[in-house]
Amino acid sequence: MASETMNNTQAAPKPSSQVLLKAVNLSKRFPMSSGWFQRTRNFVHAVDGVSFDLMAGETLGLVGESGCGKTTTGRMLVRLAEPTNGQVFFKNQSGELEDIAHLKGKPLKEFRREAQMVFQDPYESMNPRRTIFDTVAEPLQVQNMGDHTERMERVSETLAMVGLTPPSSFLFRFPHELSGGQRQRVAIARALVMNPSFVVADEPTSMLDISIRTGIMQLMGELADRLGISYLYITHDLAVARYMCSRIAVMYLGKIVEMGDTEEVLQNPVHPYTKALLSAVPVPDPEATRAPVDIKGSVSVPVDPHPRCRFYDRCPIADDFCRNNDHPPIEDKGGGRLAACHKA
Amino acid sequence: MSAADAKAKVPSSIWRARLRLASRSLSENWGLFVRTRIGLIGLAIIGLYALLAVAHPILMNTVWEPRIYDPVVGYAFDATQQPAPPSVKHPLGTDPLGRDILSQLMFSARSEFLLGLLAATVTVVIGTAVGAVAAYFGGWVDTLLMRLADIMIMMPAISVLIVLSALIGVEHLELALIIGILSGFGATGVVLKSQALSVVVKPYIDAAKSAGGGHFHIILVHVVPNLLPLSFLYMMFTVTSAIFSEAVLSFLGLLDVRMSWGLMIHTTESAGYLLQVTEFWWLIFPASLSITLLCSAFYLVGRSLDEVVNPRLRSR
Amino acid sequence: MTKDPVLVVDDLKMHYVTQAGLVRAVDGVSFLVRRGQSLGIVGESGCGKSSIAMTLLKLLPDNARLVSGSISLNGVDLVPLSEDEMRSHRWTRISMVFQAAMNSLDPVYRVGDQIVEALEAHYPSAGHDSMERVRELFDLVRLDPSYILRYPHEYSGGMRQRAIIAMALACEPDIIIADEPTTALDVIVQDHILREMQTIQRSLDMSMIYISHDMAVIAEVCDVVGVMYAGKLVEFGPTAEVYARPIHPYTRALMSAFPSVRGEKHDLATLPGEPPNLLDPPSGCAFHPRCAYATDDCRTAVPPIVERGDHWAVCWNPYGE
Repeated sequence: MASETMNNTQAAPKPSSQVLLKAVNLSKRFPMSSGWFQRTRNFVHAVDGVSFDLMAGETLGLVGESGCGKTTTGRMLVRLAEPTNGQVFFKNQSGELEDIAHLKGKPLKEFRREAQMVFQDPYESMNPRRTIFDTVAEPLQVQNMGDHTERMERVSETLAMVGLTPPSSFLFRFPHELSGGQRQRVAIARALVMNPSFVVADEPTSMLDISIRTGIMQLMGELADRLGISYLYITHDLAVARYMCSRIAVMYLGKIVEMGDTEEVLQNPVHPYTKALLSAVPVPDPEATRAPVDIKGSVSVPVDPHPRCRFYDRCPIADDFCRNNDHPPIEDKGGGRLAACHKA
Repeated sequence: MSAADAKAKVPSSIWRARLRLASRSLSENWGLFVRTRIGLIGLAIIGLYALLAVAHPILMNTVWEPRIYDPVVGYAFDATQQPAPPSVKHPLGTDPLGRDILSQLMFSARSEFLLGLLAATVTVVIGTAVGAVAAYFGGWVDTLLMRLADIMIMMPAISVLIVLSALIGVEHLELALIIGILSGFGATGVVLKSQALSVVVKPYIDAAKSAGGGHFHIILVHVVPNLLPLSFLYMMFTVTSAIFSEAVLSFLGLLDVRMSWGLMIHTTESAGYLLQVTEFWWLIFPASLSITLLCSAFYLVGRSLDEVVNPRLRSR
Repeated sequence: MTKDPVLVVDDLKMHYVTQAGLVRAVDGVSFLVRRGQSLGIVGESGCGKSSIAMTLLKLLPDNARLVSGSISLNGVDLVPLSEDEMRSHRWTRISMVFQAAMNSLDPVYRVGDQIVEALEAHYPSAGHDSMERVRELFDLVRLDPSYILRYPHEYSGGMRQRAIIAMALACEPDIIIADEPTTALDVIVQDHILREMQTIQRSLDMSMIYISHDMAVIAEVCDVVGVMYAGKLVEFGPTAEVYARPIHPYTRALMSAFPSVRGEKHDLATLPGEPPNLLDPPSGCAFHPRCAYATDDCRTAVPPIVERGDHWAVCWNPYGE
């Protein structure tokens, strides 16, 4: 029936020992808005001490509910936001890990050639007054790469690569003349036109219809394989993460609570939050039954949070130890699985 | 076709494609503009006055004798009494000082246009820059510009102009600059900033940043073009308010201008004819009607542009 | 087992008149919902599923035209009713829960007062009892009664959706239409709300129509499901049947394109092409440009109904024959 299928093996972990990006104790605090002359007293701890490695060519999934800090983490990695604390080491042209967390000026501009982002909303991520050519050529233009002719060739080549063929029929159209799926392909082309080694994909398929979604997922997987790109794939949808990512990290209120091989985390979650999240996901099978989710309430905003475990208030297995001790460190719970829980 | 040929052809085809897109969007927008009707009426009135303005120097150099028809220093020797009612030689009559009213009207039209368009251009350039910069940078830049805007809005424009005209002597050029600065840093800047705020949060701004685009690039390429339709709309409204302010100030005798529609009414008033409208109608109506018509014309064009740029207002 | 039908929709057609032409958003849809049953309508954006909700409630924008068909609610046809008559049916007999709960609650009134107002509009004599009723409703949807006198902005997204459900239940309607009721919510909250809606529905023996793009949500909460494509129902039947043995290639494609966190990790299917433009839908079977099994018949002629018990589809080349 379907003319193409998405290959299963894509999500298999890739043997690669080369670290492309290393986040160390990354934090971002936002001041709560206050009056003009008042001192800001409260901070939202959007991301709080997040550490992970991203291997070259790997796709790491960052999953969690809205407000868990996954998008802020992604934005810090491509330096759309500056971390309040912590370091981001990125492998530069000479093969050394360089802290890009506070780069400015020319070095920052050079870093941007290597790290790009694909945004969630295909309808808002393109300037409605610029043609597809202008949109995709923009990175080349601001980075002063190539002359007009070379840019034209590079843009056409990239459009063809993301499946917009023939490119000439798309170059001089406006975003509103394209469908959602086509626009997301343009957004991917824009991110890839400078041939980066790292792309943050922020829910790239969540606004697309199911019949379009697989095509985009497949395209991103193929491009990763072909061009050796590493993705940080941000999503709230565990099922999508299952197909896109070799490893996933689950975030809750600014902290990574569990991290490991995707299939293993999904089959055998360790952290009570991951368990709850998994059991809440509906399954497209009327015969399937799920255990009720035994956590209460909903995600709050981490304004000056208590030092104890962030999940304490909603946790079904929390006890006095959890109440009286600080947020547990993320540690190996066996088999390479990392989790931040006193009880697991 | 060889590869070299293809390369050489690419840049020219880009410009051709851009030209085609621009002309297409222009014709689409023109179509929408025409459908509003009121815009066309406004445009027709503006065209009529533009014609009058252009015709004046031609007439002065050909059929009209400067001694008689000069709008400021001419004198209608051929009339028996001043002000003279309309006649064949003076289609709109003469004023209390014996000057031809049609000539005054046509002469003034040019300066009204210059005043209006200059004030509007200054307003829009300043307002767009203020709006884009305040919204994009936020923080103290925003605070500074918005407090400045508060001051501009609080300032009673007419009183300021009265004081300034007493101090420095205000002519059309100064008037245009003052109106443009007041409105650009004031109300127009605030309106354009609120529009710009909805632009600067769009992901395409983030995309441009992560591509490595500088502040200048982002403001110029992404923020300003998305403000232009609204800027253009406010330009039309500023023309209206500039012409109207000029009329009021001239009528009060506060402008150092040689001739204007406001001044024509002022002359009538100071000669004591203002309340005898029925008897000396030609002293009042041509000038006041022109002020009203031209102001309304720009307003109508603005209104219909509003419908072109705001699809929500468009009737189905 | 078979209970009385509550809602019978027959050959419903609703079109939008736009500058670009006629949009056939609902193009000849027929179905039936029995008492206590929950029907799911699943489809992609722009297939007309939300237009069905608006049409059933007759909450139509000015440019919408109810072209033909009947909507029989407990034997009363809603189509010819005037707006005044319709108003007396809404809330009391048929009510709704929409997506984006923020818009359904008026931000300047307290939530409890809004429910009281809705109650008193239909039962003017209720008076003092209506506050008591609000308390009952809050209890039913598991909202803390201390929130009755709070404003919508003090509610979280999940709580707002609960309040909307309480409001929809206020007048004990026979049927509730829920259009993407949990789409904007996180999975854990979605799970809680869906479970509670199911419990309430069973305890009140009420009928529901769930409209969603999410195959998994529909699979969990609906007894019967209808699959929509280009303004038409292309497949309809008991949920278990439709999911296990889909007849229409589109249904089958949707199933195999939907990723699941549990079970075996099957390959995901990709559908070629784009969803149809309802201004100018393809001839014959609207799905033919994207269908791997399309034949000449599919391109030119409207496909026949294939019936298998109470499970049917419209297709020239049905599955499983």
